Amino acid sequence: MAADSATLALPAAVIDAKRRNARDSRADSLFRWGVAAAGMFVLLALAGAALSMLWGGREAFSTFGVNFLFSTDWDAVNHKFGALVPIYGTLVTALIAMLIAVPVSFGIALFLTEVAPNWMRGPVGAAIELLAGIPSIIYGMWGLFVFVPIMGEYVTPWLNDYIGTWPVIGALFRGPPLGIGMLTAGIVLAIMVIPFISSVMREVFLTVPTRLKESAYALGSTTWEVVWDIVLPYTRSAVIGGIFLGLGRALGETMAVTFVLGNAHQLSASLLEPGNSIAATIANEFTEADSEIYRSSLIALGFLLFVVTFIVLSVAKLMLNRLSRQEGAT
Amino acid sequence: MSAISERLYRRRRVINGFNLIVSGFCAAFGLFWLIWILWTTLRTGLAAMKPALFYEMTPPPGSDGGLANALFGSLVMSVAAILIGTPIGIAAGTYLAEFAKKKAIGEVIRFVNDILLSAPSIVLGLFVYTLVVRQVGHFSGYAGALALALIVLPVVVRTTDEMLQLVPSQMREAALSLGVPQWKVTMQVLYRSALPGIMTGVLLALARISGETAPLLFTALNNQYWTHDLSSPMASVPVVIFQYAMSPYESWHALAWAGAFVVTVFVLLLSILSRAILLRNKVSND
Amino acid sequence: MTDIQFALSTPLVSAAAAAPTVASEAPKMAARNLDFFYNGFRALKSVNLDIAEKRVTALIGPSGCGKSTLLRIFNRIYSIYPKLDAKGEVLLDGENILDAKYPLNRLRSKVGMVFQKPVPFPMSIYDNIAYGIRHYEKLSRADMDARVEEALRQGALWDEVKDKMRQSALGLSGGQQQRLCIARAVALKPEVILLDEPTSALDPIATGKIEQLVAELKDHYTIAIVTHNMQQAARCSDFTAFMYLGELIEFGATEILFTKPTKKQTEDYITGRFG
Repeated sequence: MAADSATLALPAAVIDAKRRNARDSRADSLFRWGVAAAGMFVLLALAGAALSMLWGGREAFSTFGVNFLFSTDWDAVNHKFGALVPIYGTLVTALIAMLIAVPVSFGIALFLTEVAPNWMRGPVGAAIELLAGIPSIIYGMWGLFVFVPIMGEYVTPWLNDYIGTWPVIGALFRGPPLGIGMLTAGIVLAIMVIPFISSVMREVFLTVPTRLKESAYALGSTTWEVVWDIVLPYTRSAVIGGIFLGLGRALGETMAVTFVLGNAHQLSASLLEPGNSIAATIANEFTEADSEIYRSSLIALGFLLFVVTFIVLSVAKLMLNRLSRQEGAT
Repeated sequence: MSAISERLYRRRRVINGFNLIVSGFCAAFGLFWLIWILWTTLRTGLAAMKPALFYEMTPPPGSDGGLANALFGSLVMSVAAILIGTPIGIAAGTYLAEFAKKKAIGEVIRFVNDILLSAPSIVLGLFVYTLVVRQVGHFSGYAGALALALIVLPVVVRTTDEMLQLVPSQMREAALSLGVPQWKVTMQVLYRSALPGIMTGVLLALARISGETAPLLFTALNNQYWTHDLSSPMASVPVVIFQYAMSPYESWHALAWAGAFVVTVFVLLLSILSRAILLRNKVSND
Repeated sequence: MTDIQFALSTPLVSAAAAAPTVASEAPKMAARNLDFFYNGFRALKSVNLDIAEKRVTALIGPSGCGKSTLLRIFNRIYSIYPKLDAKGEVLLDGENILDAKYPLNRLRSKVGMVFQKPVPFPMSIYDNIAYGIRHYEKLSRADMDARVEEALRQGALWDEVKDKMRQSALGLSGGQQQRLCIARAVALKPEVILLDEPTSALDPIATGKIEQLVAELKDHYTIAIVTHNMQQAARCSDFTAFMYLGELIEFGATEILFTKPTKKQTEDYITGRFG
């Protein structure tokens, strides 16, 4: 080797090496810049989305001011718009969805981590995840053609007759047997959101150190007690994070809700009445909006939705990060 | 054991048993909906399937026809979205994994990316509407593809980031210690190693955009006729399903179900395919 | 007679009989007053070490003593990580490689490295070897074939893989993969080869083959090997450096260091009083 390098130590080889080094450095710098630019693009995309909607909604915001948030107007002819009905619908359907989805997801996570025999865990887990992969328009189709008729024919009348007669709560369950409405939308949303929440819960339940659980079992705890007293508190932040993740999804869901909510610009106490959500309103009316102020109001609604989901998703991320940091520290 | 503690113990056992059984019901509950939805879609959709679906155009109200232009539009816009979103996504994921792993900017980009990942897709549609459709003056397949690309992007970024981080650091070091520059090491060695995972991410993104309706509603809009001009409005299967399902016409409903069948089968196949890829690679790497 | 002394009496190292003294010629590589910091913590303290040309120098010591850290400074592989800093000098043929002006690729073409875990690239066996070469030279197909064969022969792997050059390197056994990594390093015709615990992930038979390989390679290359296995150091090396807590405690001809160590710490380590 020493002999070889002696004969190769001609100027040409050295220049070659120098040139190659320079070329390599330049290429490396270019590469670094390129990927950094792509990284920045991600930031730009989100910022762009936020700003563009703020810009598009400016006419609505400036015309209606803060009242936009509290008005139930929705008059395309007289150009008066208010966001209260869509906001209300969005929040109520999301709330119903969460009330159903959270306990069920917890049950599924519990089942898949502690109860089910090993051979069952993979397939059942995969099947639940499949629910998350079904496009929302399919949920919408099924919701409209299959679920709504059943709700209208059996469930709504039953609710009307049995719970609708109760004082106070009854008001929530009195409505026409159409099948569409906020309750239906809430249920469909719940089904859509269950796989997200349960998969997060399942993942974090599995991160609890076995030693912790074993010492509880050794003290004679039952499986349930271990989960409720040890696993849940340990994973509390991440569980909340998962719930918020599901909430973010439920708030922004468009197609499934559009099909079954009824698209009525009315505010009613009853869950069995049709209503509207932000996403459904935009989806249904955007291409028909015939005036600038109309369009601007819809975009303003979009901006509101964006802000709310941004906050919810940020909270979710922070909660989820907290657990992984705690994991990293131990 | 005393009588009191025995009673207590029995009560705890009962509570335990009850809760575990309830958890089983929850799982069954979840599976029930899955089976019901899939069963309905596949059965009704299959009944509405016919060969004409693939060569006849979307019909005027009340009449019969096919989904050829919608299928084509979906295909073209999805492919375009993948072609736009994947390179940028891989590059951004590379930045996160190779250059910004411990830095603050990396954490910020990851955070924003995750928000983009879960953001309502209708918001992304509005963004592209304001940015592109308003400026250009009309709806177009390009705008639709762009909106879909914004959905593809965060998925690919995340997958690339995670897959590159899984490549053992010693492989990086081994390649670098040969004197090969970093850009070559990344592109020729690391990408090769992470390829199956990244491909899975792309497949998942494709599955996701195949069913997306909202972002196309005010970007590509819809088109009753055949077109392969991306600068004009284009039909897509999800939007056609939306339009037809909400209409009062039976023939349109049938077509909507057929479309739903095609979309569902496509998405299921992609899921199975990506799982298969991951599984095959796990086996060969161990 | 201790294990070590027994090991020394059955040398694998063919030139052990020559009982080399500390090299009187200029060393191939040398560390001079080398300090190393990670995250502010001083991991190496004023290390002064000579690596003799065309000899095998072993670095031994308990876990955390800094031997791998030191080895990884010799090809500056640490520079890809943030918060790592080296102060002092490391000389290769008299030039300080820690100087920012010393080109990294030149260093890496002269100093090759083999890692603890065999890391074949996800390519064919042929491409694994050719990969590094392709970056430096444009060779014809025949020339490249010859270079690849030469490297694989030097890595004692040629006979086993000559019929499956196009197959993925991931299909080789652990020991074969490690020899592939060695062949990959020698393919670039470096002058120095650094081996970082190359056999700790391998079974005894594969280990033996690699140790044999090291004995053959030393005729052409300067070798520095980090090992936590004292017997291996005794078998393979001409010189041994014992390190402890970031300091070079003792350095000398292997035979002498293992039979008549001058420092008490060295003796304690060798006799197994701490590990």
